This record gives sequence, structure tokens and C-alpha cells, in this order.
Amino acid sequence: MNPVEQSMIENEQTLTLFGHDPVWLSIIKVVGVFALLVILVLFTIWLERRVVSWMQQRIGPNRVGPQGLLQSLMDGFKLAFKEEIFPTAADKMVYILAPILSCVPAYMAWAVIPLGPEVSMFGVSTPLQVTDFPVALLYMFAIASMGIYGIVLAGWASGSTYPLLGGLRSSAQMISYEIAMGLSFVGVFLFAGTMSTSGIVNGQIDLWFGLMLIPSFVIYTIAMVGETNRAPFDLPEAESELVGGFHTEYSTMKFALFFLAEYINMLTVSAIATTLFLGGWRAPWPISLWDGANEGWFPIIWFLAKMFIFVFIFIWLRGTLPRYRYDQFMRFGWKVLIPASIAWILILAVIRTLDVEGTWSHTALIAIGCGVIFMLILFFVRSRVGKKERKKFVDEHPIERDYKPFAGGHPVPPLPGQHHVPVTRKSNVIEGTTEEVNEEVRGG
Amino acid sequence: MTPTPISAAPEAAVAMGGPFLFWVCAIIAVAGAVGMLVSRKAVHSALFVVMTMISIAVLYISLNAPFLGMVQVIVYTGAIMMLFVFVMMIVGVDASDSLVETLKGQRWLALGTAFAFAALLIIAISNGFGSIAPTGSIEAANAQYGGNVQGLAHLIFTRYVVAFEVTSALLIVAALGAMMLTFRERFAPKVSQEEMSIERFKRDKHPGNLPGAGTYARHNAVDTPALLPDGSVAHESVPNALIDRGSERAVNRADVDEVRTISEGFDYVDGDSVQLDEEEGQ
Repeated sequence: MNPVEQSMIENEQTLTLFGHDPVWLSIIKVVGVFALLVILVLFTIWLERRVVSWMQQRIGPNRVGPQGLLQSLMDGFKLAFKEEIFPTAADKMVYILAPILSCVPAYMAWAVIPLGPEVSMFGVSTPLQVTDFPVALLYMFAIASMGIYGIVLAGWASGSTYPLLGGLRSSAQMISYEIAMGLSFVGVFLFAGTMSTSGIVNGQIDLWFGLMLIPSFVIYTIAMVGETNRAPFDLPEAESELVGGFHTEYSTMKFALFFLAEYINMLTVSAIATTLFLGGWRAPWPISLWDGANEGWFPIIWFLAKMFIFVFIFIWLRGTLPRYRYDQFMRFGWKVLIPASIAWILILAVIRTLDVEGTWSHTALIAIGCGVIFMLILFFVRSRVGKKERKKFVDEHPIERDYKPFAGGHPVPPLPGQHHVPVTRKSNVIEGTTEEVNEEVRGG
Repeated sequence: MTPTPISAAPEAAVAMGGPFLFWVCAIIAVAGAVGMLVSRKAVHSALFVVMTMISIAVLYISLNAPFLGMVQVIVYTGAIMMLFVFVMMIVGVDASDSLVETLKGQRWLALGTAFAFAALLIIAISNGFGSIAPTGSIEAANAQYGGNVQGLAHLIFTRYVVAFEVTSALLIVAALGAMMLTFRERFAPKVSQEEMSIERFKRDKHPGNLPGAGTYARHNAVDTPALLPDGSVAHESVPNALIDRGSERAVNRADVDEVRTISEGFDYVDGDSVQLDEEEGQ
């Protein structure tokens, strides 16, 4: 039996821990995760406001509760008691459905996040994770793609231009960055030999995947910011262009749900990053020397600490970077992140195959060499052909230099390469160049 | 005994959640399909399809095919239906379907095809009921390679590798074809932001924003040139396109004089007060 199959079977065995909880325990776990998320969101909003204030040399909310900690709770109450507004042009059913669709998947994703090892809860031994199954990460992925519907439908149902543009942007953006995100998972799948989250945490006992697969980690970190619509990729709600983007027309609890979903998504992608790349709930090195670090309820602390490193990075980015231009952002996603991930997966797959087979056989080396030479030839030929074709095209299509402001009977702007013709004005305008006119005006 | 749909709902469903789950998902799926047909707005139809697809995905999962279920949600609801919604949003909220039939005899053709499809379905399903000879349970297939995902991987990358690759090649060709069809040729090489910025500073002009039309003027129309604080006329404030067509509005000499008088007056007052202060200080 080769090592891959060995590790697969081991991973399947860890999954046998799941699915045996009594119903009451499952309910306790679900409610526990729900409560944890609500509290974490309130804390994260406060943290973001305070940290951004600190970075901008302000104070931030500090009135309600100690250090202003209860500010977000009070804001939530305020939102709940505000007047509900339905835009006249809104599609009412979808308008109400959208915030729910955006919020529910955000919570659902946490069902498979491993918060800790097996603990004893009311006399029953159970893992600190609601559930797990062989395709847990695909489940997260599916849930994330459902969450996009909330935003897109909110944009559509508002019956207003800015939200529609925001919705369009977000759907294009999240689909694009989801691809890069999914490709960054592949490396982890290859080396962990499983797609279950608990199995991936178990696969990082010796070395974190974040250190082993640095490119995957970097790509994931970039894609997760794009996926959550956070600065500097917050184009769907770019306030300088789209007012508020998809949630422009939303108020009260419905707006609060979007807000909640955004922050939960931020926590979710941070939690996935922790699970996949930073060893999940396992204690980091100096602490892991202590035997009890990875047992009982302690690992929740390590997990949350690692997760909040990512949350802090999110806030830091927001406080530091200006917003990307939309075309630059899409170009980066499609022409840099995705090809880079694919190339990296190719390299990883080769390494992994050779690793599993145990030998760097001559056949393998020759095959790789041929592949590399072929790619180089292809690249060389392509760039030469491209240059020739371009020159031919430019030669065949000379640019008409004369600009006709009324070409074809319509007022038209100058084409690229054309320039404005000298000024012709009505007779009652003061004649001449700017300098001449100014001289005349000053003199007169 | 002829198996009813409940017992035909495979044993795996019983193991995961029983016929209860099957019936809930089946009802939702059918309701979604019907809703798709009867709803008037295209986006509503798309949402009903999403509903159907998700309940089918749940059924797959309950039948011990979790990978298929998840891929169903990711690919069909997450990507394909999202693209549909995307297109509908571009088309617009108020866009209503044209009721003029452009294809001749389309209704009769559709009706005929529908009957043919129904016949096909009925024959297939009744055949299925007639000969229930399970060729092997999914549990056995899953167990063969250590799990559902592993089993699928073995099949896709060994037995069906050619079919899989050909399908993906087909999709890539289709995508490339779509890109070629919508490709727009450029008149000249695209200017990058960096080049634009360099170009801007090379020109012997002020690199900053142009003065807005109507600044210090008596009109804020876009064809009225701005007056600068010293009363001079800023022709740059009028869009080039308007200047090219000779539509730049005349500057009223009285306005120019007024602005200059005001600005000079302020200068005078300022200078005066400064002088007064200095005198008092002395």
C-alpha cells in the first residue's frame, strides 16, 4: 500500500468520530457556534473601528460599555428599531429574500470548522466541531457560492441603478476570485490526502501547510480578501462610485443582516485560512512543547488567536490601501492569480507523484525536461509570431490623422491617434489664443 | 410487490435520513420546477431553478454521493445559474419578453418534442421498475477505493480520463469561441496608466485638473469658459469637443470686468487693511 492510500485510510478513520452525537448534543453545538459567531461579530466590528481609529490617529467608539465594547450591540438595536423602507421599484419578495440568503450561508459554513480536539461535554466525548465529512471543504465552497446570491439579488431587487451595478460587480468579482481560491486549496488536498477539515488539521502535526505550500497560502490570502468584498477589493460597495453598492437601498434589520454576513464571511475565510494553512486548533511551536496544549478546551484559544491574526490583517489592509480600479482588479485575478495557481499546482502534482513513487526515475526526468523545452519553444514562437502579426496589422491599418468633428453627420470624439483641430469660434467671442485673450482682457 | 417510489428511493436514503428527507426534497424540487415554469419574471424563474438544484443536491448527498451533491451546488447553482442571473441583470429589471414568435411553427415543434420526451421518460422509468436488478450498491462502489471521492477519482483519472479530457477541451474551445466572437480590435496599442501619467507631465501644460466650466463666471453652462480670479478667460475649461464644433459661448465683457473689479477690489481692501495694521503697529 502506498503512502497516499495509507494517509487516506487514516483520514477516513478520523471521520468515524463524527455523526454519533446524540441530538441534544448536536443542538448544543449548533447553538454554541451560533452564539460564538454573534459575539465574535460584535467584537470584530468594535475591533475594526478601534484599530482603524488607532491607525488614523483618532479614538474611535469608547462611550458604551468598557472601552466602547458594547457599541456594536447598541448599533444593532438602533438598526432593529428604525423605520422599514421599501423602494417603489423593488421586487418585494426577492428584496426580503436577499439579506436572508446572504446571512444563512455565512452561518452554515461554520458547521465544518474544527474548533478543537475531542472534549468531554456533559459526559459525552465529542470533537469540538459541529460535523465533518469527506468533502467538507467543497461544502464550504458550495455555501460560499450560495452567499453570492444574497448580494447579487439585493442589487437586482432594489430596482435602482447603483445597487444593480454593485450586484453585477460583486457577482463577477466573487466568481473570479472563487476560482483562484479553489485552486489554492488543491495543494492542500494533494498533501493532506483529504478534503475533510479535521483530516487537514491532522495532516499538519509536523509542518503547517502555510509554510510548506507558501504560494498556495499567498494566493489564498489574496483571494480571500477579494472573496469577502473587503478593502482594497471592496468594489461592489465602493462608496465613491456606487454610493453603497448592493445595499444602497437597504435599511433596518435587512441592512444589519448584510453587515452581519459580511463580518461572518470575514471570520469564515480567516477560519479556513487558519484550518488549512496555520495548523487549525493545534498550538504553535513554543506552546506545543507543553503536553496539555493540544488537549481539552485550550485549543479554542490557539484557534481564535490565529484567526484574529487574519482579521487584524483585514483591518490593517482597510486602513492602509486605496481601492483598486475595477479593470486592474479583474486583470489581476484572471491573468495573474489563476495562471500562477495552475502553474503551482502542476509543479506540486509532479513533486507529489515523484514523492509517492519514491524515485526520481529517468523516465520522469526525461518527461519533465521535454515538457519544459516544449513550453520554452512554444513561448518563444508565440512571442515572435505575435510581434510579426501586430506589425502587419499596424501597417495594414494606418490611422486616419484628420479629425472630423462631424464625421458621418454626427458629433464624434477624436479616434485614438487623432487630435483636435484648431479652435474656430463664433465672431462675438473674444478671438485668439488663451494668452492673447487674457492679454486683451487685462489690457482693456 | 411493485416497488413504490418510497421503497424505490434507495436504501441509502433510509440510512441517512429516511424517506422523510426524500419526500421533503422531492416536493421542494418539483415545486421549484413548477415555479420556474409559471413565474413571469426571468430572475424568479432562475431562483426557482436554484431551489430545485439545491434540493437535488441534498438528495445526492443523502444517497451517499456527497461529492456529486457538492459539485452540483458549486457548478450549477454557484457558477452556471449565477451567470444566468448576471445576464438577466444586464438585460434589466423592466425588460419584458417579446411575445412575437420569430420561429415559424415553434409551438407545434415544442409540443411534439415535449411529448417525445415524456414518452422517453415514461419508458425509461417503467423499464427501471420492471427490472430492478441492482448492479451493485453505491456503498460497495464507495468502499472499493476507500470512499466516494477516492472512487470517483479512480474512475475519472483512469477509465474515463479520455472522456473527461475531451469534455474539458470542448468547454475550453467553446469559451475561446465566445471570446473570439466578442473580441473588439483596437485601433492602437492600449495606453497604460503609467504611460498616460508620463505623457501628461511631458506636455507643456498644467498637469492637474482643468478649471471647471463656469468657475467665477456668470453662467455654469458647460460651454461657458471659466473666468480665473484675475478676470482672465480659461478656454481650457470648455470641453475640446465643444470648441471643435465652435459652440463655445461668448464671454460677456461686462462679466470679465466685474470679476476683475471684484478681485482687484478685494486686493485693494486687503492691501489697505494690511497697511493700516502696520501703521497701527508702528
